[in-house]
Amino acid sequence: MPDPTPTQAPTTTWFASPDDAVARLGEVGYLADTATGTVGFLAGALEKPLLVEGPAGVGKTELAKAVARAAGADLVRLQCYEGLDEARALYEWNYKKQLLRIQSSKDDQAWSETHDDIFTEEFLLTRPLLTAIRREEPTVLLIDEVDKTDVEVEGLLLEVLSDFAVTIPELGTVAATRRPFVVLTSNASRELSEAVKRRCLYLHLDYPDAEREREIVLSQVPELEEKVAGQLVAAVGRLRELELKKAPSIAESVDWARTLVALEIGDLDDAAIDRTLGVVLKHSSDTDRAVRELRLRA
Amino acid sequence: MTGSGLLQRHLSFLEALRGAGLPVSLAEDLDAVAALGAVGWHDRETVRETYAATLVKRLGHRPTFDTLFDLWFPRMIGGGVAEQGRAAADETSSEPTSRDNAAALADLRERLSAALTSGDEQALAALAAEALGRFGAMPGRGPGLSSWSAYTALQRVSPADLVGRVAQGLVDGGLDGEAAERRAGGRVGDFTRRVEDDARRRIAEEKGAEHVADVAVRPSLDRLDLTTARRADLDELRREIYPLARRLASRLTQEQHARRRGPLDVRRTVRASMSTGGVPLVTHHKPRRPHRTELVVLCDVSGSVASFARFTLMLVFALREQFTNVRAFTFVDTVHEVTHHFTPGGDLADTMTALAADTDKAATWGRTHYGRALSRFASEHGDAVTSRSSLLVLGDARSNHGDLALDVVRDLAGTARHAHWLNPERRRHWDTGDSAASAYGAIVPMVECRNLAQLTEFVHDLAR
Repeated sequence: MPDPTPTQAPTTTWFASPDDAVARLGEVGYLADTATGTVGFLAGALEKPLLVEGPAGVGKTELAKAVARAAGADLVRLQCYEGLDEARALYEWNYKKQLLRIQSSKDDQAWSETHDDIFTEEFLLTRPLLTAIRREEPTVLLIDEVDKTDVEVEGLLLEVLSDFAVTIPELGTVAATRRPFVVLTSNASRELSEAVKRRCLYLHLDYPDAEREREIVLSQVPELEEKVAGQLVAAVGRLRELELKKAPSIAESVDWARTLVALEIGDLDDAAIDRTLGVVLKHSSDTDRAVRELRLRA
Repeated sequence: MTGSGLLQRHLSFLEALRGAGLPVSLAEDLDAVAALGAVGWHDRETVRETYAATLVKRLGHRPTFDTLFDLWFPRMIGGGVAEQGRAAADETSSEPTSRDNAAALADLRERLSAALTSGDEQALAALAAEALGRFGAMPGRGPGLSSWSAYTALQRVSPADLVGRVAQGLVDGGLDGEAAERRAGGRVGDFTRRVEDDARRRIAEEKGAEHVADVAVRPSLDRLDLTTARRADLDELRREIYPLARRLASRLTQEQHARRRGPLDVRRTVRASMSTGGVPLVTHHKPRRPHRTELVVLCDVSGSVASFARFTLMLVFALREQFTNVRAFTFVDTVHEVTHHFTPGGDLADTMTALAADTDKAATWGRTHYGRALSRFASEHGDAVTSRSSLLVLGDARSNHGDLALDVVRDLAGTARHAHWLNPERRRHWDTGDSAASAYGAIVPMVECRNLAQLTEFVHDLAR
């Protein structure tokens, strides 16, 4: 292979190696496993967008924030929703200001001059995608919940994700001076198009193993006793083994830990689980099932 | 990457992935090579994650990828360094220990039990390799004919018998009984899987990875044949049900929204045009009325299609929010309504248990008889099928050469808004033996539905 590293523009080196990624993410409070570290390193080294999929509440968005914190970069966030369009994702012309400019111009000014005048930087409202591309400083661009958008927005993302350039008809193509670290998150409520997937590195985040989850819970809720943390993680693990509509996520484990601290429960026995189950299970049929399967009420 | 044969290995690995149904494009191939250049080849797990990040973009493909990766980039060659070290030590004692004998077996079981109790991953991997190397070797009649059998090795070592001991060890370590039992079971299961993986690795070493990939790699979940799915596969599939239903539901709403603009609303358009001096600048449209479909499911639950039926009923259960009204019937030679099991907000596992318990009510004699079952359905539950309902028949159309009651089916299909027949058999097996596929297929459009991918496609078309 001729050259292992792709053409290096004057860009930030995000992480030096996979191990470095794990270590530095750990420093800012995100406990990453090797897969996450490797893929995080690759996304920085290859300057490719990173598509993170997984169930709700396993820390997909948090990963992007942690990368930003670890690298001292700023986070630009584009929250996707149904009906998101170009004007709110890329850029928009400031019509009102343009109108004022036209009205205030003198009558003798030629139309072509005015026309050139109102389509300049001054009248451009940049939206997250364009903002992230034009920034000189290291930037993490978080495109959250891509699966919520319409298919057309994916087409819009393609140009941004592969070339890091945005074409504005009146201004020309704006290319990135410094490529941002792009993180796309998805709950997989819809299959993303092959074209988007092809351009991204892929990471599937899943529920962590018991040991890592215990560390996460303890790092988020330091007041929790170690023993209770162990019991809590074991209980969550058992709940995930049941067939529930919505299995408890890491976010819910942490919530549960906070609840236990607030209620000053020092021992998570069956009765305590039963009383606080509402924090982790959000469907009544799930609660019924858990009570039955774990034999909480004798 | 060229001279070392690495390129060749990389290319044949990609070829195998494509062969197993993973869509790996040339662009992704190049990404993988660039990424491997960036991380280096020194750590196997890093290489694995790098390949996965660049080539595998769908969760369902990951198990297939992992199996193939283990074949193309094995953990070690032969018995590995550990065995060589032992062999060197053995030369001094002149007693080859890598022979299969009772003492060796007892010793291995002892160490295995200790490793299972402590949960030492490294030791377990080494023990799996050792167990296979020692007790799973099948000497052939000549060079190249010897092979490895995970089955033989597992029979000899029988790790399942160790569960009790390991659980006891865990209890002594401070776990409560039930949790210890569960964890011990899990670890023994892991060990069994390791031995199977290792057998694949050893065979691949001798016969070539391609050979093993062709025969031993299971297809990814969405291409798995539903009629031949194993119990473990069904459990996997069950986990896929809710995501699948949710995905279908959101895809449907999105498509409905995309076509939201209905016919022109003249009244509102004219009224809006008043403010612009009678020029209709903005048109207003009537909202589209989403038609809600009722679904009537007739499900063959005879032995030949049982696992397929179970799975489809699960999907019906998950999808009932999409349809205002679902009525489900099971049949073998008579028909039995099971709608009452599908309570909204109910529990999937409970429902499936109740349905399974109900199955025998669908059979009087126990031999599939489509004609009788369908006639009974038309006479007893004929009112279920109306002009608003979609009729869905699930079955292999094998009626033991009995009467087909084609007129009854024609009536039902004529009344229903849509009628579909899902056949879990390969299309080339239709009309063989007692199959009446084309006789029914001429009346009700029949679709081959053997795996999750085909089913997804079908449900999507159905609810449109």
